[in-house]
Amino acid sequence: MVQRIKFYQTGTLTVGNRLLDERNRTVQSTVDRSNSLTSGHRACQGCGEALGARYVVDAAMRASDNRIVAVNATGCLEVFSTPYPESSWQVPWIHSLFGNAPAVATGVAAALRAKGRDDVRVLGQGGDGGTVDIGFGCLSGMFERNDDVLYVCYDNEAYMNTGVQRSGRTPPAARTATTPPVGGGPGNPFGQGKDPALIAMAHGIPYVATATVADLHDLEAKVTKAMGIQGARYVHVHVTCPLGWGSRPADTIRLARAAVECGLFPLFEAEHGEITEVTPIRRKVPVEEYLRPQRRFAHLFRSPPDTEAIAAIQAIADRNIRKFGLLGKGDG
Amino acid sequence: MLRQIEGSRAVAEAIALCRPDVVCAYPITPQTHIVEGLSELVRAGQVGNCQFINVESEFAALSVAIGSSATGARTYTATSSQGLLFMAEAVYNAAGLGLPIVMTIGNRAIGAPINIWNDHSDSMSMRDSGWIQLYAETNQEAVDLHLQAFRLAEQLSVPVMVCEDGFILTHAYERVDMPEQEQVDAYLPPFEPVQVLDPAEPINIGAMVGPEAFSEVRYLAHHKQLEALDAIPDLAADFSRVFGRESGGLIQTYRDDDADMVIIALGSVVGSIRDVVDEMRDAGVAVGAIKIVSFRPFPLEEVRAALEGKKRVVVLEKCLALGLGGIVASDVRMALRGLSLPVNTVIAGLGGRAITKASLHRVFRRALEGELHDPHFLDLDLDVVDHQLARAKERRRSGPIAENILREIGLVGHKLM
Repeated sequence: MVQRIKFYQTGTLTVGNRLLDERNRTVQSTVDRSNSLTSGHRACQGCGEALGARYVVDAAMRASDNRIVAVNATGCLEVFSTPYPESSWQVPWIHSLFGNAPAVATGVAAALRAKGRDDVRVLGQGGDGGTVDIGFGCLSGMFERNDDVLYVCYDNEAYMNTGVQRSGRTPPAARTATTPPVGGGPGNPFGQGKDPALIAMAHGIPYVATATVADLHDLEAKVTKAMGIQGARYVHVHVTCPLGWGSRPADTIRLARAAVECGLFPLFEAEHGEITEVTPIRRKVPVEEYLRPQRRFAHLFRSPPDTEAIAAIQAIADRNIRKFGLLGKGDG
Repeated sequence: MLRQIEGSRAVAEAIALCRPDVVCAYPITPQTHIVEGLSELVRAGQVGNCQFINVESEFAALSVAIGSSATGARTYTATSSQGLLFMAEAVYNAAGLGLPIVMTIGNRAIGAPINIWNDHSDSMSMRDSGWIQLYAETNQEAVDLHLQAFRLAEQLSVPVMVCEDGFILTHAYERVDMPEQEQVDAYLPPFEPVQVLDPAEPINIGAMVGPEAFSEVRYLAHHKQLEALDAIPDLAADFSRVFGRESGGLIQTYRDDDADMVIIALGSVVGSIRDVVDEMRDAGVAVGAIKIVSFRPFPLEEVRAALEGKKRVVVLEKCLALGLGGIVASDVRMALRGLSLPVNTVIAGLGGRAITKASLHRVFRRALEGELHDPHFLDLDLDVVDHQLARAKERRRSGPIAENILREIGLVGHKLM
């Protein structure tokens, strides 16, 4: 049933990967990958969500011997992949509503359990709005019941599908259509927003991880690990949105990496509420390196620059670095 | 087997007999006893491999049901009142996706003011959602309609609400002939979904549909309702073959053959209306009644055929379209288009206000004499209304209406009887 991919679709990492030991090769580097989210969809050029979703779904497919059911919240991923009558999904896939994907996924898992189908696994997915705002009640319910669902949030930090409005994941100072930097405000206010990975951990679920499209190998590894665990699992993937962030499509990976390396997006894994792994920052960069190429932060770099806001964002990054130990041992 | 049993318990046991795969629910009065009963039956291992999911909201309850039904599981949930409104988005979605979920509505008023007692405002608010709506008069009928509901839902791939009056039915102990498992198995075949999420045959459900096909999809949902107009009487006939009793159908008539005036109603109040019809008949008045079992689809032809040649119709309904009047009455008028037959709307029983035989006698007499304004509010205390209108006129900051009225009438509950 699964469409075979062509060699050229395995990506530029193929050759390099083929030099690696078998178990270290990426799922994407093999022509055996499932091509679950196939080409021809209508995502923007440089879309981080499309990239992240392809790696997530292919890794989940490989880990489950091609037996998954995917549940999608309303959002970019749903819209660009299924304009009727076309679909990019090569897996059983359902979209119900914006705010109920985790609950629909629970229902799928319950039906499979009732029918004794323990070979089929359930993948829920949504953007940050669908996950941490309107779908948060259903997500928390799925977590606290420890339903056998892997839920993946593709976090591009605003409501991109409806035209870049603020979400609970929009970073401070960012310009969105509903947080314009006018009237003296810096854009999105400081001191707001929430961290769903930490909240997921507070539910004590078996597995929580953050990941980024800047490290797709790590993303695959985390999804693969999550698929090996029963119960509620949450993977929060930071995905660049050239449209909403005002960045060049060619900078998608570069910006995602800068978010990690400045400390604003910590990469970690947690099991049963305890952090088990933290990815250290390899080359620490100032937040400015992440902020400056994005038009959503352009108002901070006018003449004169908003040094106060930039320093406040740097303080957030520094706090993350301390809190998660992102510079390795001894960084305080 | 004949049992003296609470209505909710009877429904819970009937659902268990239908061999559901997934039951999900969030508690709300007066639906609670149904899902408590099912929870116990599932835990006791009496419902096969059924999964009982305690969810965090009604929106989640129906969303879980959407997921499980789309995965080919026979799925059940129940709710009432605010719960139905809270799941409204999923109510439309389940119907739009054509998922054969069965849901009990323990009918209850909608706030504000908050009120836990019975009327039909909740299910009526979802009348255009694409769900089939069946209304039970008795607990026997509630049990029977649930068995028919699963078969109807799965045959047409459409969700079905079985509406039963909160407290009046859900909490009433009465005699119910509980079906045997063999009978239910003979009547209700295993669920064969028309669409199922299965890795062996991957399909997409819930794609985005634009103007090029949306009208056709909606028309087909309407068409499914029209198909139900044929299926509902067939399934009721089949039901009586297996179970040996009449139950369900589109409408049921009572002593209406030679009636001059016919009273139309839904749900448990039809029992009181039957008694009043008998007493009026004894007094020489030619009245009859029609019970609408299937409110969606609305049986326009059957209602029209039953009313042709009559002289007057009274629609007594436990709901109110604010700014218009009757909801059921509007549909009845649609059935009567082209006929010159006066229709009176009587709004009754809102928020659990008791509908007494004495009040029914009074209002039907006045209807016979052509004295009713439309809509007529049964037992409305005009003094209380006038006092509040006066208060509101007297000063700008007259305060919350409900609290003003409660202060005036004093003892809570003195209006129940």
